[in-house]
Amino acid sequence: MSVPLTLLGLLDRAPSHGYDLKRHYDTLFGNDKPLSFGQVYASLGRLTRDGLIESRAEPGDGPDRKSYAITDAGHGQVAEWLGEPVEPAPHLQTVLFVKVVLALLLDRDAAGYLDLQRRTHLARMRELTEIKRTGGPAELLLADYGLFHLEADLRWIDLTTARLGTLAETVRIAETGKNA
Amino acid sequence: MSTNMLIEAVDVHRSFGTTPALTGASVAVAAGEVVAVMGPSGSGKSTLLHCLAGIYLPDSGEVRFDGSRVDGLNDTARTRLRRTAFGFVFQFGQLVPELTVADNVALPLLLGKVRRKEAYARAEEWLDRLGLSGLGGRRTGELSGGQAQRVAIARALVTRPRVLFADEPTGSLDSLTGEQVMDELMNVVRAEGTAVVLVTHDARVASYADREIMVRDGKALTVGAVGR
Repeated sequence: MSVPLTLLGLLDRAPSHGYDLKRHYDTLFGNDKPLSFGQVYASLGRLTRDGLIESRAEPGDGPDRKSYAITDAGHGQVAEWLGEPVEPAPHLQTVLFVKVVLALLLDRDAAGYLDLQRRTHLARMRELTEIKRTGGPAELLLADYGLFHLEADLRWIDLTTARLGTLAETVRIAETGKNA
Repeated sequence: MSTNMLIEAVDVHRSFGTTPALTGASVAVAAGEVVAVMGPSGSGKSTLLHCLAGIYLPDSGEVRFDGSRVDGLNDTARTRLRRTAFGFVFQFGQLVPELTVADNVALPLLLGKVRRKEAYARAEEWLDRLGLSGLGGRRTGELSGGQAQRVAIARALVTRPRVLFADEPTGSLDSLTGEQVMDELMNVVRAEGTAVVLVTHDARVASYADREIMVRDGKALTVGAVGR
């Protein structure tokens, strides 16, 4: 999963300090693996270097004297990233999950994204099925492996599509909790 | 309305009592194209198949086969169309248990007034094509699930229909047997140039198709380029 792009997505809503951004990230995506401050500031440095965010120094005490805001180029990057399907491969769940949560958070078309991802997955499954029908035994076994994993992703995509309404509510509650 | 489509539904609505099953479904399938119809349970995918096949009449909207309206035909004409131009494979219970395998496969031909000798010769030929040589004399109860589905496919294709409607054709089979049945099915429909409308909730079965149509809340979302 891309930490910089995820942080950029969070900044798409509102400017934030590095510390708040880390808390926000950990609430939504951290699970048992919270971000280290090193990762946060390295990512913010890279995003600033690439012109996707800008920092502004703020007077005051403590370490968080810089506020980060997304640039127009950054907005474009988030829109592009959320709009494009992930390459279908096993073990995508985390990226899919992040994209869906961010899309909900930013009020983007999460259902449209899931439909596109579903199509992309099925297109890859068609390729693998064709490989099975025409290839040798080793190719068949590999294609089966890919097909079963992609099928698991697809079931997750279908279930998530069906649950989008509830999920949007959950994200809102997580947000409110974070802001409280 | 596109002119080069073999079978089409345009803005089809169909309710059962007060429950809407289709609320403006539009789909088009080209000759020789294999299309998977997918969607959650209760989304209307089987109703869509039944409307396309002229089994259910839509409350409103149009269904066309080969450029002609199906929904305007009377029962007799639709029955004739189903017998001559369409084939059907379902998940369960489609073979007549009192008849032999060969009787079951020859049945659509005999109903279509084909002479008995020719009907049985063609049935044998289809049993051979589906890897069922020598099983013609068996009762259907003696067959495995995979063999029974192959017999059902042979019976559906023996009249050389232009469209095969398949509703969860491997739904009652284990993964490996289901895959073998799908392989056989695809081999014969590709060789015959038969269009297939394949209703399935199984993505691995859908991945045999040229493209998929998603049915959600009674509406069909066409995905991918139309035509082969």
